Amino acid sequence: MTEDQQLTEDQQEKKTPLHDEHVALGATLTGFGGWLMPLRYTSDLAEHRAVRQAAGLFDLSHMGEIHLVGPQAATALDHAIVGNATAIGVGRARYSMLCAEDGSVLDDLIVYRLADEHFLVVANAGNTPLVARELTERAAPFDVVVDDRSDATALVAVQGPRAEEIVASLTDPADVEAVRGMRYYASAAATVAGVEALVARTGYTGEDGFELFVPAERAPELWKAALAAGEGHGLVPAGLSARDSLRLEAGMPLYGHELDTTTTPYEAGLGRVVKLDKVSDDGTPIEFVGRAALKARSESQPARVLVGLKGEGRRPARAGYDVVFRRPDGSAGVEVGTVTSGVPSPTLGYPIAMAYVTPEVSAEGTQLAVDVRGRAEPFVVVPLPFYTRP
Amino acid sequence: MPDFPATLRYSVEHEWVDDATPATVGVTSVAADALGDVVYLELPEVGSTIEAGAVVGEIESTKSVSELYSPVSGTVVEVNQAAVDDPALVNSDPFGAGWLFKVEVTATGDLLTAEEYAAHAG
Repeated sequence: MTEDQQLTEDQQEKKTPLHDEHVALGATLTGFGGWLMPLRYTSDLAEHRAVRQAAGLFDLSHMGEIHLVGPQAATALDHAIVGNATAIGVGRARYSMLCAEDGSVLDDLIVYRLADEHFLVVANAGNTPLVARELTERAAPFDVVVDDRSDATALVAVQGPRAEEIVASLTDPADVEAVRGMRYYASAAATVAGVEALVARTGYTGEDGFELFVPAERAPELWKAALAAGEGHGLVPAGLSARDSLRLEAGMPLYGHELDTTTTPYEAGLGRVVKLDKVSDDGTPIEFVGRAALKARSESQPARVLVGLKGEGRRPARAGYDVVFRRPDGSAGVEVGTVTSGVPSPTLGYPIAMAYVTPEVSAEGTQLAVDVRGRAEPFVVVPLPFYTRP
Repeated sequence: MPDFPATLRYSVEHEWVDDATPATVGVTSVAADALGDVVYLELPEVGSTIEAGAVVGEIESTKSVSELYSPVSGTVVEVNQAAVDDPALVNSDPFGAGWLFKVEVTATGDLLTAEEYAAHAG
């Protein structure tokens, strides 16, 4: 038995401030985005189900944290990214993207407005140096300082229906109300387990939950406190494997799979994040990087579109497999697309996948097939997300 | 280092086979742990002739898929339908209830003792 994807520890990879905790918990480690990360602690399925039913604790310290501070922070971001930073209220957050001049996606981001003149941009691990470089370059004409604080920042997520109870139980009494009352895609400073944290009600699992940004050196004490506080609530540490199956059930894109430099937001069905019509305070249109290309793309039919696929058999599709037309006898017809992500869905009990397909076969209910190592397995186009929390 | 049953013989691809007639074949705890949660098994058909060292099926987990190699040559006489229906048995009891198929053996491949396999897997 040999594995298709060899999951080995690479000593070249960066370790998060919680590395020793993962080793102590017996985690299986894997390389991801230049980091050595926990793939699973015990069981992918058990960790996935714990997040759906109770709570999971994630180390997301591989993510990048880039701060923009200064009088023109909002203006600079409006020029640099496709979203409308000026329109983000203090204490709120938005999903956005950094695009190239040709409209292709360099990274997808969450942008938090921490103060009138202070934004936090959270970038994907492997893309952080590029995002920091691009933001620095694009913000150069403006009165703002771009500061990549990724190395000094740890990110710990508590996700699942019990997350609020667990985080509230760790929060300083003075901040509990703010944490409990926090809206989705909002953030606030709070003291959690004695650690000064930026607490955000965001996540990548399709469940309620929090992400806690803390100083790197304080991460282990927060991690241990969260494990202890969550024990009675069914919280378990959860690895990247569960994170991937959770986000896929929730229909969320993963950079490098659904999004990359061959994709614009429109193919991915995320054209809504592109604010072509954003204007500055005096009403003049804001020219942002990629605007011309994205405007043209918004007015034409994409050559391929992202769809959800539900497997009618048991064999899951995997990233890179061909999507093919399904002939009436079930055999494989012409190629119509490519799978970008696929797993056997732990919650739903059948294979799910996301794929780019030609628009002609993208309608809900279209019967397609995926070439799973030489055999056509039946899949049908379904709406995204696959799973919505009750 | 986990203990491997001394009565079994092992392949470098992490399959095990016993010395009964017919012989029972499965994957080791090392393989099961490396795969993660097994969710789908594709096993050789009963009556098919298989060759030692050849791919005879596949084992799919939440994160990856692996090919299943036969440690012996012969004719498949039974597959473990319980494991096909509940592949988690491969994780929970790889040397017992998670066995995969039974073979009337005509020849074996290059197999390792438990001690040799432990050294190989370590």
